Amino acid sequence: MTTVEAGVAGGVGTSPKRPDGGLKVRGEFAFSSDLWADDMLWGATLRSPHPHARIRGIDITAAVALPGVYAVLTHEDVPGAKRYGLEIVDQPVLAMGEVKYQGEPVAVVAADHPETARRAAARIVVDYEVLPAVTEASLGVLLRHVPIRTGDPDATADVVVTGEYQVGMQDQAFLGPESGLAVPAEDGGVDLYIATQWLHVDQKQVADCLGLPAEKVRLTLAGVGGAFGAREDLSMQVHASLLALHTGRPVKMVYGREESFFGHVHRHPATMWYEHGATRDGKLVYVKAKIVLDGGAYASSSTAVAANAATLGIGPYEVPNVVMDASVYYTNNPPCGAMRGFGAVQACFAYESQMDKLASALGLDPVEVRLRNAMTTGSRMPTGQIVEGPAPVADLLIRVRSAPPAPEGSGDLREMPGGVSNTTHGEGVVRGIGYGIGIKNVAFSEGFDDYATARVRLELIGGEPAVLVHTAAAEVGQGLVTVQAQIARTELGVERVTVATADTSVGSAGSSSASRQTYMTGGAVRAACQAVRAALLARVGGARLDGGKVLSDSGAVIADLASVIGDGPIEETVEWRHRPTYPLDPVTGQGNAHVQYAFAAHRATVDVDVELGLVRVVEIVTAQDVGKAVNPLAVEGQIHGGTAQGLGLALMEEIQMVDGIVRNPSFTDYLIPTILDMPPMKVDVLEMADPHSPYGLRGVGEPPTISSTPAVVAAVRAATGKALTRVPVRPEHIVG
Amino acid sequence: MRLNCTVNGEARQADDVWAGESLLYVLRERLGLPGSKNACEQGECGSCTVYMDGTPVCACLVAAGQAEGRDVVTVEGIADGPVQQAFLAAGAVQCGFCTPGLVVAVHDLLARDSAPTDPEIREALAGNLCRCTGYEKILDAVRLAVQR
Repeated sequence: MTTVEAGVAGGVGTSPKRPDGGLKVRGEFAFSSDLWADDMLWGATLRSPHPHARIRGIDITAAVALPGVYAVLTHEDVPGAKRYGLEIVDQPVLAMGEVKYQGEPVAVVAADHPETARRAAARIVVDYEVLPAVTEASLGVLLRHVPIRTGDPDATADVVVTGEYQVGMQDQAFLGPESGLAVPAEDGGVDLYIATQWLHVDQKQVADCLGLPAEKVRLTLAGVGGAFGAREDLSMQVHASLLALHTGRPVKMVYGREESFFGHVHRHPATMWYEHGATRDGKLVYVKAKIVLDGGAYASSSTAVAANAATLGIGPYEVPNVVMDASVYYTNNPPCGAMRGFGAVQACFAYESQMDKLASALGLDPVEVRLRNAMTTGSRMPTGQIVEGPAPVADLLIRVRSAPPAPEGSGDLREMPGGVSNTTHGEGVVRGIGYGIGIKNVAFSEGFDDYATARVRLELIGGEPAVLVHTAAAEVGQGLVTVQAQIARTELGVERVTVATADTSVGSAGSSSASRQTYMTGGAVRAACQAVRAALLARVGGARLDGGKVLSDSGAVIADLASVIGDGPIEETVEWRHRPTYPLDPVTGQGNAHVQYAFAAHRATVDVDVELGLVRVVEIVTAQDVGKAVNPLAVEGQIHGGTAQGLGLALMEEIQMVDGIVRNPSFTDYLIPTILDMPPMKVDVLEMADPHSPYGLRGVGEPPTISSTPAVVAAVRAATGKALTRVPVRPEHIVG
Repeated sequence: MRLNCTVNGEARQADDVWAGESLLYVLRERLGLPGSKNACEQGECGSCTVYMDGTPVCACLVAAGQAEGRDVVTVEGIADGPVQQAFLAAGAVQCGFCTPGLVVAVHDLLARDSAPTDPEIREALAGNLCRCTGYEKILDAVRLAVQR
């Protein structure tokens, strides 16, 4: 436990109620799709039905003629940059002469009713010349290749296991669809109220495309209905702003669920070849791996995803000799980019499947073979980076293995595979247990200038000390608003803390991704509070704050906090950075690319109806080192939710593509876990402080998504004896 | 068309309703009640659950005209009570987009059964998708609401 200044309730290490929770349970919280303005219009998007086609012409005449239509815009109406992108500026705001994936935006419409806008979009005549579509990554154009070489590339071993593994295209499937409201401003700019993960990167891209300076494109975070990576890229931000500036009216855009499947990037599908060599007593000698990722039509964050797959691709194990090649290719499939786990998910399914295969080849217990290779503090990553800080890989494995076994079934039909479908009363049902452990980097890597900004103001309100925390950090559901207030309470000893709505009137917070915000914006809030505290203490020569008093070195009370603030509010703005990271060598993949590593382990117990191929997950046990549980309730929530998304990838979630066409863009056909699919979860939270991070904390959000998938699949393998080399596992893989 | 119905105990009227609009659209965009959520508008996620004549329905699947003369209660019309407080206390709220639908569904479950078992809770909430919580703390919230 890290010692922190305290003195008030609701500080770091406690679980105060969310400040937005009351509004959310009463239905009063304003999500981005709930916004409304006088005189507002509705936007709609026309999208390509083809994965690849040349556009010979666009005729908007019939659309414009529809009563109630105020604007029909194409790429010709984009006043600034015609393309945008997170890492590579390659994605058109509206298609220019060519469409490269099904669902690519071609034109946008503003009308006085959403149905009118949709009907107008349908009247736009686009003359397409359909072109052949590249839908296999291996046939596409290379976007990035990340090689990693360490040790002897020709190393040999007594025991060798090989395997080919595949991961399907997963969707983030946040519940709150892409939406927002663009309001034209008197200065010729636009005010955009939007659900996003990173206001400032949106601001830059929108301003560039509108041909406006950044200060004329002001973004305010509207309520965000989940993110999970899908809000890193732009969706309707530029479109709504264009329509608003063109019509001079506020424009609201809200995607429906089908459109949402086309409106954001997905998790990269992967094909992975692995060869593990080990000694007869189970020590890894080498790993050779090739990972091929399908990047889809535009780059999004593919280049960083490939780096993660490569650098984290052998797992949390000590391996002296590594030959790793991770590559991502352009295709005519939907663009893929960020999703919780970000490249580490795909690799973990492969390397953990390999560890089970190795255990089987050696006649060892699957946990035992992992323990014999588990990395620890001081271990060397295949990039040459030394793992600093706690790396309790073995401890996490032992904890999940040592948990009491899952209870036997009660015989209740609802607890059987197939449930109330009444497909079995126990006949053909076999139980299996499987394990998985994973590794994830926290925050941005490879030398990216990763920082967060916080402005903290300490003042008297009604004679009482009060703190206002203002950042641009996106609350996406994870509880960042709660955590920011907790940190301010702890650092300043003031209970009354308000977290201002995030907007671009304060500096960038970076993205709510890469499990980084509690570390980064939390770190910035802490640093700003410390600056405020230093200024406050300097006023009276105090040494510290405690319980609303300013104390001297010897602990004597110098003054009341309120009386010191009485001279005037104190406000400090701080830009805070984590330790620098460095690029990977482009040939050897060597370099200290990551700032922090995080680990989680899972044990899954499943019942499988081996005759029908139906799986019921009976229980999941998980252990994760979080360094410091800044908000224990929220930490558990992240671990539960992340585990659920990993279970979904294991058993049901896949965007099914046929020749570049999405076959299941709905919640009827793209299945995410329901409350009937999720088992009871036992969560074991370790707090082993990282000496370099605020309060010793470690990013929490992604690790649980990474290792739950291989654990569930391993359990199904144990029950069925099937190889199961592809996720999601389908019934036909089990009975076939 | 003009739509007349009772919403949260008040007689409400909406004019110029296009026949293809859903009850969800009318509530959200014409009556100023955006609490019922638009997560899928396909009847799969339960986030738009409202009572219609006492029965929970997906408002997205009810054509506006079908609500004529009916009694509708939305999340905004359910008194802030043990269900909402239990969701907050248990940590069952993250992004909150599923929460209004779940509050209505749990309110309905507990009105029918004051002491549901875990399998009964799971069955009752099987039509409400949540992407953030993995449902564990939603179960905790229902158990807590039962105790209260």
